[in-house]
Amino acid sequence: MAFKNYILVCAGTACESSKGIALYEALEAELKAQGVAAEAQLVKTGCFGFCEQGPIVKILPDESFYVKVGPEHAQQIVAEHIIKGRQIPELLYDKDQAAGTSSDDIAFYQKQQRIVLRNCGVINPEYIDEYIARDGYAALEKVIFDMTPDQVIQELKDAGLRGRGGAGFPTGMKWGFSKNAEADQKYIVCNADEGDPGAYMDRSTCEGDPHSVLEAMTIAGRTVGANQGFIYIRAEYPLAIERLNNAIDQAREYGLLGDNILGTDFCFDIELRLGAGAFVCGEETALLASIEGKRGMPIPRPPFPAVKGLWGKPTVINNVETWANIPMILLKGSKWFSSIGTETTKGTKVFALTGKINNSGLIEVPMGTTLREIIYDIGGGIKDGKKFKAAQTGGPSGGVITAEYLDTPIDYESLMSIGSMMGSGGMIVMDEDDCMIDVTKFYLEFTVDESCGKCAPCRIGGRTNYNILDKISKGQGKMEDLDTLKDLAQAMRKASLCGLGQTAPNPIMSTMNYFEEEYLEHINDSSCRAGKCKDLMSYTVVEEKCIGCTACARVCPVNCISGEVKTPHVIDQDQCIKCGQCFDKCKFDAILKG
Amino acid sequence: MAKMTLDELRNLRDSKKKEMTQRDGDKNAQIVIGMGTCGIAAGAKDAFDAFLDELNAHDVKDTRITQTGCMGLCFSEPTVEVAVPDMPRVIYGNVDAKVARRIVNEHIIGKALVSDHIFDKPAQDIIDQGAE
Repeated sequence: MAFKNYILVCAGTACESSKGIALYEALEAELKAQGVAAEAQLVKTGCFGFCEQGPIVKILPDESFYVKVGPEHAQQIVAEHIIKGRQIPELLYDKDQAAGTSSDDIAFYQKQQRIVLRNCGVINPEYIDEYIARDGYAALEKVIFDMTPDQVIQELKDAGLRGRGGAGFPTGMKWGFSKNAEADQKYIVCNADEGDPGAYMDRSTCEGDPHSVLEAMTIAGRTVGANQGFIYIRAEYPLAIERLNNAIDQAREYGLLGDNILGTDFCFDIELRLGAGAFVCGEETALLASIEGKRGMPIPRPPFPAVKGLWGKPTVINNVETWANIPMILLKGSKWFSSIGTETTKGTKVFALTGKINNSGLIEVPMGTTLREIIYDIGGGIKDGKKFKAAQTGGPSGGVITAEYLDTPIDYESLMSIGSMMGSGGMIVMDEDDCMIDVTKFYLEFTVDESCGKCAPCRIGGRTNYNILDKISKGQGKMEDLDTLKDLAQAMRKASLCGLGQTAPNPIMSTMNYFEEEYLEHINDSSCRAGKCKDLMSYTVVEEKCIGCTACARVCPVNCISGEVKTPHVIDQDQCIKCGQCFDKCKFDAILKG
Repeated sequence: MAKMTLDELRNLRDSKKKEMTQRDGDKNAQIVIGMGTCGIAAGAKDAFDAFLDELNAHDVKDTRITQTGCMGLCFSEPTVEVAVPDMPRVIYGNVDAKVARRIVNEHIIGKALVSDHIFDKPAQDIIDQGAE
């Protein structure tokens, strides 16, 4: 027999530490004591991502959401809610929604809002029918039969949609330039060359909802007068490629791509172009060169691709997330879209939340959401109860956001003003164990690797800055190195040809600004507070504390710890690779890190 | 299907919409497995096979298994959504082959939720409710 109610108790690590288990046991005892164990099933769940309010209890099927619940509330929950079916107002998260109101339409902890990811994790991406059933291709219908191209462009302008690739250029204006450009041939391009470390928003969208991209590109084709589209995607996304190709085949079969779409004289087709994974090919002019079969190198703008792009023809190029927004905007209207977000930045943003966070994942939040809400309400806080240090957005082109700015509402301008940037949506969370020099060095290494080498500021400036950071991380830095870092960063920003070089120094500028003391410690004291810079630290055995249990010697991967059983051990400093395993293993605090 | 006209597309949409909503209210239970790159890398294919195998072993015929893209709960991949009539729709996380078999036995057949593996979708899909 099915149960009448289900009591879900959060047993995630954060809630567990705030008495989730005691609560579970108290509820279990109460259900038995009050004789309703057969009516309600008690279930331990994973983290709901609302740890600041924990422990959390959710009761199904009415979805009552109780916060800060303690074992002392167990009696009341069972007596009132389970037996009498009455909500307990003082425990509800949303106090206004107390008893009597159905909670179906209340979006408890509604921090996320899914527009781009509307179908991801809902439909089967390999069946066009499921996309169509969820109003798929209805926006295309509207554009072909009920709207003029100018109306479409006006709608996008009114909606305030800005490019989600990172720069935030108004999409409607871009389309307008291409539409008004005179040419015998125009092109539509989707930039799916997602390259930031830790970012996978576009891959997930292509895999989970490929038709939303195809539909939007077809709409653009109709609007600006293009008959050919290209999706530029990196070859290391095999599943996304497979699903896109499959979706293209299905759309062609249904007459939603190809000649005479929906029986009209409008013709449009899409092909995939696979990139070899060069980061610079995410830059639009380099991307277009790559589609043309040339080496992926950027060229100066203007002219912009909207006027002179692929093979010299007007080309609308947008990124996956921008495309995925478009059908919804045209279906639900610019008014609806522009009601979401902040003054300057409308709609939502998808972030790939990674790093030292409990609930890493793919999230979509309205613009204007604060970093605190993302990290603590959705992300469930920092792993292992450590302290938040910074979040990195914008990948190798971005900067860090520190604890001080956790309450900044996120939009293009606000992130810019605190020295970071929106970027494509990678968000890496760092805790006290992360060294800012080390992180900066990682990003510099990436941009140095990925620089195409065409212009000197990026090619030489990037390498020189990397070498300086490397020196600092080894404790060999000098104070004047900091000035050189800054000077070179300025030169790269001003003189580099494309976005890659212009933004490559951002991580340096940002970390120097917010974590100057860490740079100074590395230079003056040869110390790394996070213990990441291996050249600046060593592990030693504290003789008085070591009881000779041999645990460290057994775990050491290079066998550099020696000593007899029950006598203090010694670490051979020349052999030690500073992996820290002995430090973690020792139960007697007998290994000193520093 | 051959190329469609506007009317054909509209008809198809209407009928598929009905089919999908009917499926929700139908007697048939449904298992939806998140199979983006992330899910597959975490072992969603093993879970998928285990579901098929266990359902066959118990001769359960009224349960439909389907795949979808990333649900966004990367920390708990592979993720699986289970909808059984008259029970709340829930999402299970960290579903390996063993958990998949537990879900079939305890949830699909036993009509009780499987403790320790339920995760909550962090967002209600407003588009679900908002789309006219």
